[in-house]
Amino acid sequence: MKNALGTVDAVLLLGGRSEIGLAIVERLVRDGARRVVLASRDATGGEPPVIGEAEVHLLDFDASRPETHGEVIDAAVKLVGDLDVVIPAFGVLGSQAVYDADPVAAAEAVAVNYGGHVSIGLHAARRLREQGHGTIVVLSSVAGVRVRRANFVYGSAKAGLDGFAQGLGDALHGSGARVMVVRPGFVIGRMTEGMTLAPLSSTPGQVADAVIAGLRSDAEIVWVPGLLKLMFAVMRVLPRAIWRKMPR
Amino acid sequence: MTFLTGWGRTAPTPARLARPRSAEEVAELVRRAPGRGVAARGLGRSYGDAAQNAGGLVVDCTALISWSLDETTGLVTAAAGLSLHDLMAALVPRGWFVPVTPGTRHVTVGGAVAADVHGKNHHVDSSFGAHLTSLTLVTAGGESRVLTPADDLFWATVGGMGLTGVITEAVFRCIPIETSRVRVDVERTRDLDHTLETMTATDDRYRYTVAWIDLLARGGRMGRSVLTRGDHASREDLPRGARGGDPLAFTPGSLLKAPPWAPNGLLNPVTVRAFNEAWYLKSRPGSFVQGLGPFFHPLDFVEGWNRVYGSRGFVQYQFLVPFGEEATLRRIVSRLSAENVVSFLTVLKRFGPGTPGMLSFPAPGWTLALDIPAGRRGLAELLRTFDDWVAEAGGRIYLAKDSRMAAGTMAAMYPRLAEWRKIRDEADPDGVFRTDLARRLSL
Repeated sequence: MKNALGTVDAVLLLGGRSEIGLAIVERLVRDGARRVVLASRDATGGEPPVIGEAEVHLLDFDASRPETHGEVIDAAVKLVGDLDVVIPAFGVLGSQAVYDADPVAAAEAVAVNYGGHVSIGLHAARRLREQGHGTIVVLSSVAGVRVRRANFVYGSAKAGLDGFAQGLGDALHGSGARVMVVRPGFVIGRMTEGMTLAPLSSTPGQVADAVIAGLRSDAEIVWVPGLLKLMFAVMRVLPRAIWRKMPR
Repeated sequence: MTFLTGWGRTAPTPARLARPRSAEEVAELVRRAPGRGVAARGLGRSYGDAAQNAGGLVVDCTALISWSLDETTGLVTAAAGLSLHDLMAALVPRGWFVPVTPGTRHVTVGGAVAADVHGKNHHVDSSFGAHLTSLTLVTAGGESRVLTPADDLFWATVGGMGLTGVITEAVFRCIPIETSRVRVDVERTRDLDHTLETMTATDDRYRYTVAWIDLLARGGRMGRSVLTRGDHASREDLPRGARGGDPLAFTPGSLLKAPPWAPNGLLNPVTVRAFNEAWYLKSRPGSFVQGLGPFFHPLDFVEGWNRVYGSRGFVQYQFLVPFGEEATLRRIVSRLSAENVVSFLTVLKRFGPGTPGMLSFPAPGWTLALDIPAGRRGLAELLRTFDDWVAEAGGRIYLAKDSRMAAGTMAAMYPRLAEWRKIRDEADPDGVFRTDLARRLSL
């Protein structure tokens, strides 16, 4: 249970090796969370990482197999009881050039980045509604706020996810469960290795800090950094002719 | 679904609310318990999540209000939802008073048992559970069981925070009084040591004692207090002018109503320091006769006072350290004072012997209670530090006030938890009785 000062107890991270996801979990544990489930592909059998003083469980989870997602949520509940924070942090970035050449790969990436989130999100929501509390932290992206020519396969999946998350949050309104949508800009990390930095980029740690602050204040949408909110207020209304010439 | 919070107005969760009219209806609700379980609720005066049950059923007991008094023995049989306020209004004019009253009259009998509440007379009369002769409890199977102090389940229920079943009735001994007034002595102390010394030396001369501490006073004045001590007034104690009327007249009421909304941060170091200064200076040493209401329940004077903390609510931190561990009390008071922690009413009480309640809070020692706005930066860390100090000193945190403690800390503070769990598991093997507090503390 989340306590009076916003400290949570049990956390489920889907995409258990995600840098941003782990950075969020580490901070939640530092603030007092005691039970963690890390769900990822071929997770079981390995040694769970040490995260502060929390008890850490591993769970097998394949984002591309929605038929298994219900069991994953049930298994997590069996391990730690009520889920206070659920963080679906899995995803693939890929390059637009590769997707242009390989539409099958593009469809598979979208199935994970959007479809996988829809299915796990709905299953998590069912549980959170039943227990009457808990927050789903959805890692969206500014790439989905207005989709760019430079990465429209990835961007369109994020656009779908962002819309799904907002709709889910509205559907859960009044149930005690909540959805928090996180919109980072360019995040420096494993996922973006070798790419040139974009303006207003952030580190996984900075994204995690913003998520923690958002959880504490019951925010519905968190931009990282906050300045992006302002920037995208302008970007959203830029004429199409200019927008399509954005270099990246 | 209705969103519920405790008195501190933090961490709301939704539940289905039912308001049974009889103990039979309670039993029926328990028999048809939903998967998320059943929690009993009275007037919602626990500060945290003790009477909440996210996604489950909450049984509001406030319609169970029947009572009777045996005028020869002072034994009262009261339904669990009866408030001490209503009970006093009925008892006082008949010359009887409740054996124990907490700082508000607006608690139910069931809540008083479940939290094993204490009052200003703890050093002589112990807590509420000590005055009980029997209890009626609706257990997990939906059967009504009458328990006496000879039963283990009785002492798992007294202080058991409603997790052994739904209390539907209690029988307890009341005390005879001649008047509805209290003979009060007020004294001011210079600092914390002076406060502790004075209470240790002279507490036993009074049935009721409490100290209000000015937490914002620093340096040489750190821990300066106003000691308020008293006894039920006899007819001779009443001032000459007041002797003509009914000496047992009891007409307490809230005179002020807190505004429905207050800004976050209304209570800040500046306003609270001013209040504390005024309170300290106003409390002139001396003796006088006062009504039961103002003496026992000064906070009931302002209805809905919990709203002045703003929308973010507040936490109450009440801990106990055993005698001999005064250093821990000093350490916490000096840290609070150094950190400029805003606490509206900080109260220190010297406890006497506790009850055999396994999760009962009071035990011989010192207890300090303070209110802090929940939005304060760094509060979680500060209170966790205090938790560690208190646990190391062999002390504990009061569950009826708690809204933020961690499960491991609680287990360290309540050495009889395993014993309690064993009895609870026998009475409720499937975990029918669940509250948010129980989930948070892994009870």
